[in-house]
Amino acid sequence: MPCDVLVCVKQVPHPDHLAKVVLGPARGTINREGIPAVINPLDRNALEEALRIRDRLGGRVTTITLGPPQARKALEEALAMGADDAVHLCCPAFAGADTLATARALAYGVRKLSSDLILCGNATVDSGTGQVAGQLAEFLNLPCVTDVDEISFEDGHDLRVRRAWERGYVRIRVKLPAVIAVTDKVNQPRLPTLMGIMAATRKEILTWTDTNTSADPLCVGLKGSPTRVLEIGEFHAKRQGEVLQGPPEEVVAKAVERLWALEAL
Amino acid sequence: MKAEASGREVWVWVEHYQGKPAPVSLALLGKARVLSQELGAKVAAVLVAGDSEISTPLIAHGADKVYMAAKPVSLFDTEACATAIAEFAQKYTPEIVLWGATSLGRETASRAAAKLGTGLTAHCIDLHIANVQGQKVLVAVVGGWGGNAVLKIVCPEKRPQMATVRPGIFALHPPQKRDGEVIYEEIDIPQSRLDIIEVAEHPTAGSNLEQADVVVAGGWGLSSMGGFAKAEELAGVLGGVAAGTRPALDASWIPAERMIGQSGRTVAPRLLITLGVSGAAQFAAAVTGSKLIVAVDSNPKAPIFEMADIGIVGDLREVLPLLIEKLKDLKKKD
Repeated sequence: MPCDVLVCVKQVPHPDHLAKVVLGPARGTINREGIPAVINPLDRNALEEALRIRDRLGGRVTTITLGPPQARKALEEALAMGADDAVHLCCPAFAGADTLATARALAYGVRKLSSDLILCGNATVDSGTGQVAGQLAEFLNLPCVTDVDEISFEDGHDLRVRRAWERGYVRIRVKLPAVIAVTDKVNQPRLPTLMGIMAATRKEILTWTDTNTSADPLCVGLKGSPTRVLEIGEFHAKRQGEVLQGPPEEVVAKAVERLWALEAL
Repeated sequence: MKAEASGREVWVWVEHYQGKPAPVSLALLGKARVLSQELGAKVAAVLVAGDSEISTPLIAHGADKVYMAAKPVSLFDTEACATAIAEFAQKYTPEIVLWGATSLGRETASRAAAKLGTGLTAHCIDLHIANVQGQKVLVAVVGGWGGNAVLKIVCPEKRPQMATVRPGIFALHPPQKRDGEVIYEEIDIPQSRLDIIEVAEHPTAGSNLEQADVVVAGGWGLSSMGGFAKAEELAGVLGGVAAGTRPALDASWIPAERMIGQSGRTVAPRLLITLGVSGAAQFAAAVTGSKLIVAVDSNPKAPIFEMADIGIVGDLREVLPLLIEKLKDLKKKD
């Protein structure tokens, strides 16, 4: 039985360049200039899983993203990896969304597509909340499992997943449709091939707005976001520490002496 | 469904397993007490499927009230848990709901936030009450962009204000002799759409990195020593727990549940010793609550020395055996 899979992706700053993300000149802004943008790494695991499901069971793989015009590049990348269709939720009304408003906007888009399974990366590298999958599932009234590191199908209808948690793991049978968020252990994502990149140029990316999706403009974007950033600053982990250098015996003796004096031992 | 004069309340969602509340839930009850004093509010613990005995530690750690859903619900069925807490919240209208940012806590909180249409702030590193535009609100402090930025986030209009906090951020205070009230509620919980087939535990499950008094964190620099053994030895001498960084995990020196960092565990021990850890922002954000940080690394320019109280610049192959010897001698004298 074929399975139509929808994959939610987000465009994020390249993880290797996160340290270069600096605060912008205006208070409370982030300067992302010169930082390459890529598909969030765990979303690539989600996409890879969707492609493997399609290869086994048939069906279509659709990717969806919410983001500014430049986020289209993430969808091009997804199409080059092998996705069949792509939807870009993009309009001013969707901008400035927190996780709740993001999930609401995604839910409007997802409702227009009929999918058997919705896959997400477990968290993004930029904000890393890991909240959107659960919120999306709630808005769609679907079951949801996150922290998933194994997925298999049972008689083509139910999904069987292994979810990690602090004490170990849990195997769960889930009724489809469902929202599943995956970790990097679920698979090793493929790289786009030249053929894939060529094929992607012939695929269409649909752009949907609040009107296309009949989204309530008061429930999405900045207006639909209950949280506000009050202040943004640099993270300071600095301490007025003492750095000991010299012959190993001396510095170790000195360090232990200090620890002893501080009653730390 | 408004409750009669329930007053203002700060809630903590209690995650529990085999009859015991998670340490993060108990630590959050302590933090909730501090927040509630500034609001003139009461503290309540909220849970599903607990036995009545579980209320004792919850009250001892700071709860004035314990709300319990009477129906048995699996903690892994986060949809059912979210339904329960949303029903409680609609009835008793708390100001704030705090959650441990555990795997299940995060999933439950996300669903509950969507049910209640309110704001949820993830992985807070601090919480306080501040006066913003004439009202006392919860300020949730989070690290962003790989730990390079700190954001203060508020939820000015919607209630409850909700936040998740990683285990290890707030200290677990000793229990006290206190009185509290237990309130059972019948909650209509939908038929589960999940079928729990197997619950398996790691052999190391329950050994709590977050509760450790002393943590030794090993990084890539230990490769010069051929591995992680000396970090374990040092932790053993100090009665602490050995953990590591992302490179230590990648080298398979530590299991995933022992990785410290923004995408791993957060620790705030009395003493943290880092060995061959450079001190990337992702690591810094996860250890900043440590009381005392001692760093050993061969690179004097490593950022770890800026965030350490005591830094030792030197070759781990020389420094580490000496340090272990010296500490062993001291412990013998005790």
